[in-house]
Amino acid sequence: MPRVTYVEYNGREHGIELEAGLSVMQGAIENNIPGIDADCGGECACATCHVFVPEEWLAKTGTPGEQEASMLGFAATAQPNSRLACQITMSEALDGLVVHMPEAQH
Amino acid sequence: MNAPVDMDHARIAATTPLDRLDPSNPAIFRDDAWQPYFARLRAEAPVHHCPESMFGPYWSITTYKDIMQCELAHKVLSSDSLHGGISIRDRDKALRLPMFIAMDPPQHDDQRKVVQPIVAPDNLAKMEGIIRARAIEILEGLPRNETFNWVDRVSIELTVSMLATLFDFPQEQRRRLSHWSDCATALPMPGGLIETEDQREAALAEMLGVFTGLWNERVNAAPRPDLISMLAHGAATRNMTPREFMGNLVLLIVGGNDTTRNSISGGVLFLNENPAEYAKLRANPALVETMVPEIIRYQTPLAHMRRTATADFEVGGRTIRAGEKVVMWYISGNRDPAAIEEPDRFLIDRKRPRQHLSFGFGIHRCVGNRLAEMQLKILWEEILQRFPTIEVVGKPQRVYSAFVHGITDLPVRIPG
Ligand code: HEM
Repeated sequence: MPRVTYVEYNGREHGIELEAGLSVMQGAIENNIPGIDADCGGECACATCHVFVPEEWLAKTGTPGEQEASMLGFAATAQPNSRLACQITMSEALDGLVVHMPEAQH
Repeated sequence: MNAPVDMDHARIAATTPLDRLDPSNPAIFRDDAWQPYFARLRAEAPVHHCPESMFGPYWSITTYKDIMQCELAHKVLSSDSLHGGISIRDRDKALRLPMFIAMDPPQHDDQRKVVQPIVAPDNLAKMEGIIRARAIEILEGLPRNETFNWVDRVSIELTVSMLATLFDFPQEQRRRLSHWSDCATALPMPGGLIETEDQREAALAEMLGVFTGLWNERVNAAPRPDLISMLAHGAATRNMTPREFMGNLVLLIVGGNDTTRNSISGGVLFLNENPAEYAKLRANPALVETMVPEIIRYQTPLAHMRRTATADFEVGGRTIRAGEKVVMWYISGNRDPAAIEEPDRFLIDRKRPRQHLSFGFGIHRCVGNRLAEMQLKILWEEILQRFPTIEVVGKPQRVYSAFVHGITDLPVRIPG
């Protein structure tokens, strides 16, 4: 199974295996990883599963869609490499993905 | 509320023909009798058209999933005040207040981005100490073994003091903020806080005058992290007309006032109604973390938000036509068993307590959501340090409104 590593704002790492087809947000919730709130449950309707994707992974994760970009536009800590984890679907191509969490979800 | 009133509502809710069921009647909320109306709509007509009400014809959206769909449909469901804005009651066109909650993109997005930084994590952290100090001061000043109104002594005091901090408004005049907030949302009626729209306008004009003074001081000074300074210096807001400035002030004052106030009051009430939950909390104060969002779900301080269709729109198998009014009943979606387990129970240790509709979702999702939660969290932490219990000793009085879902009086007593 492909693996994802979540890095908390304080640097703590959580590595998990995540079935292809599930979202990176779901992986965090199902494994009780702190730092991802996911208030809306994966509808791309809030911005509380906000993560930063390292440069080298950006090409593979793709860029935000229109609704996602709107929501990220309101996330206080958004950067050019911000994504909503609910919009990143796990696949074999993403095996080894690392995502970093912001200071707080909003 | 006394029993006959409750029974009457239960009967009306059960026996009124569906096409005449009108859940927007403010009396339903004042009498705390909304549950059976919405339970029936969710079961029998989750997307429901009411042809006639004191607010005119409107659609009700009552399930969690359908509300979520509407929240994401901002391209066809407009918030713009030109179409009537965000509450079921259309404002007189001449008295319309422009504010970004009642705008669509792109103007909405530009103006929201100006205000957003006030609630960025580092700013929230700065506010935490001030809010805690105020909470302690308020709690230490409360009488023991004596009945008092929790709403007035705590809920209003803490929220207006926080607002004064956000605006860097003179603390000693903070009660003017809640007065203006109340004037902005009151339904004009004989004997009410305001009797006419003219009185509302007069109160808001007074507010504008005071804030224009603050604006003028700050526009020529270096930018500071208070809301007035941010608006005065922000590229998207510094050229606002006085009316736009007024609209955004009302937005920030009402947004941060009534809603938080009613959550603070609701929490005391819910814990009294659910002694087992109160016992759990005392045994494990760390549960404040999950209790706070549960209070906000259970209270649902804004019963609904309204949109207006700008094109035909399908939801729940019904077609809403362009021009029609759509009311998303958060208060109903938050009690939808298809989305939330045992939704009518107040449970302070839910697994996903933030999965509720009280802050809305989508591009208008509440700017102040984490700030509101922080205030409640600090208050409850400090309460638990001091008072083993706060007893509700009389019936709560509620607001006559289908929009602001609130409590005006909550008689309590702190033994000591
Ligand atoms: C428990 C407390 C609160 C509740 C239940 C609440 C509820 C809401 C809801 C439902 C909306 C969405 C409006 C829509 O979709 O049309 C909203 C928007 C908003 N709220 Fe709150 N609110 C709370 C506290 C606050 C606080 C403390 C502030 C002050 C900073 C605030 C400021 C705003 C603003 C500025 C908007 C407009 C956002 C936009 O249109 O983009 N709210 N709030």
